[in-house]
Amino acid sequence: MSSPVVAEYAVARGKAKSFYDRYERKSELQHQTHFCAGCGHGTIHKMLAAAIDELGVQDRTILVGPVGCGVFTYYYFDVGNVQAAHGRAPAVATAICRSRPGSVIISYQGDGDLSAIGSAEILHAANRGENIAVLFVNNAIYSMTGGQAAPTTLLGQKSTTTPLGRNAATEGYPLHVSELLATLEAPVYIERVGLGDNKQIAQAARAIRRAVENQSRGLGFSLVEVLSPCPTIWKMSPVEAQHWVRETMEKTFPLGVFCDRTKERLAAPAMQSAPVPAPALDELPRILGVADADLPEGHAQAIAGGQIVDLQVRIAGFGGQGVLLLGEVLAEAGLDAGLEVSWLPSYGPEMRSGTSNCHVRLAREAIDSPLVSAPNVLVAMNEPSLRKFDQSVRPGGWVIYNGEEFPADCRREGVHVLALPFTELANGMGDKRAANMVMMGAVLEIAGVLPDASVAAALRHLVRNPRWVELDERAMARGRDLFQQAFAATPPRSSQIRGTVSEP
Amino acid sequence: MSEDKKQERGILKIDEEECKGCGLCMEACPPKVIAMGERLNRYGYRTAAYAGAGCTGCGICFLACPEPGAITVLRLVKPGGASAATAPEGATACASN
Repeated sequence: MSSPVVAEYAVARGKAKSFYDRYERKSELQHQTHFCAGCGHGTIHKMLAAAIDELGVQDRTILVGPVGCGVFTYYYFDVGNVQAAHGRAPAVATAICRSRPGSVIISYQGDGDLSAIGSAEILHAANRGENIAVLFVNNAIYSMTGGQAAPTTLLGQKSTTTPLGRNAATEGYPLHVSELLATLEAPVYIERVGLGDNKQIAQAARAIRRAVENQSRGLGFSLVEVLSPCPTIWKMSPVEAQHWVRETMEKTFPLGVFCDRTKERLAAPAMQSAPVPAPALDELPRILGVADADLPEGHAQAIAGGQIVDLQVRIAGFGGQGVLLLGEVLAEAGLDAGLEVSWLPSYGPEMRSGTSNCHVRLAREAIDSPLVSAPNVLVAMNEPSLRKFDQSVRPGGWVIYNGEEFPADCRREGVHVLALPFTELANGMGDKRAANMVMMGAVLEIAGVLPDASVAAALRHLVRNPRWVELDERAMARGRDLFQQAFAATPPRSSQIRGTVSEP
Repeated sequence: MSEDKKQERGILKIDEEECKGCGLCMEACPPKVIAMGERLNRYGYRTAAYAGAGCTGCGICFLACPEPGAITVLRLVKPGGASAATAPEGATACASN
């Protein structure tokens, strides 16, 4: 009995909607991917595209591509695409995750990218439980660059850089990324799958879908490692390469689920990784404990218009003498007064008792370089610092030296000197550590342009402790007095630091 | 094949322009109804070819194939009276899952 009804067929498996219709990588070859015949990347691309289609998340998917054979994801996937620097896909994905919550973020990486140059990025992204899905395509070799050994290369496997086969004694052991990351507490789901036969392929598709689904539910970090054939570099036919995945590769990299916290994450939504939103900008002073009143305000008018300011100070001494703080107070006072400033510390690894110096510039015009190689004011808090820098002071400049006697051999024609035992003077005032502020008083007298209010605001902002602020203010006042006493008769002020613009 | 009452459960379409002839679909196909064709496509690949009958519509060849659109698998959704041989080409495709 034949009926007139025609049998109906529907597409059960076909090209995913998440792929572009044509790939505009080159004018020709727009039908095909750039992958070699039998390459696992194509298969994994299809599984990912199918997962995106099935979950209906194409419009909010952002795919972060790697460096390697998988680099051209943006030519194939009709989703948001970012191509990251080598190994940095998890870091880029993290940034996207933080700035675009609600997106489905997938990091697609090969084994050279993820397990070699990007080993730190993946480790820390996993450890933070970053809400990303990572597809890790492991073919045990660097393919795009021509077959060099990767961290995942098997023992005995030949590559261009291990021509005798990988030897654990010289090249170490294959890196088991999935097992390694599964020891962490944060990841929600880690599975290794293969493309070795039909059964493995079907499982790989399920695992990839699960990783993408976990991400879209905000459950946290998921990683699917796929053992993927590379017929070209392995020098095998596509079918032989497929067999090699299941017969050889799988022995070193056993398949299976290494970590699965999906259920507990679903049960406890509070555990779900939702990045804490960044605080509003105007909240920052409160969070940092900085009262608004203490922030530099930029009183540009505080310094008379028309005056040139070009103060270039080098401050040097032992670590712990307050060298950097002196520079900071000077720079912040300048900032408060509306000047251009720079402050550049220069010190070795020693925090105490080593030598330390800083470069400070205050100017009306934009500062070209923060380096002060020829200061017009040198603050030398000890003799070695004086000897190191005194020759660099410009003629007409100043040397403020912490010592009773200025070494005769350091005297130079045309350089003004103020040498006083600042440490003893500060000690007499209550604490020898205030020596830097006594010297600061002298610097302020030389500079002559900084309003008292700006200096006081900078000091309060940087020192905080009221007892020290009080002592430092007294110390500064003392320094000003000492300077004025020393040069009461003829205050020699440097025209290089301040000058007057000639009026037209 | 020639029996009218026996309808094909699936139909396989291979896009010759996209196939690179890797042979993984042949390896994957459970009823072994895919073979390497004789002709070359315009890029110079010998491409896979469906035997024309025997496809069960399981779709595993699609999963094994590395090219996004080289293989399309159609599955019988509503048996009709006509011979399978008359049905395939313009089959009403809808579901994409």
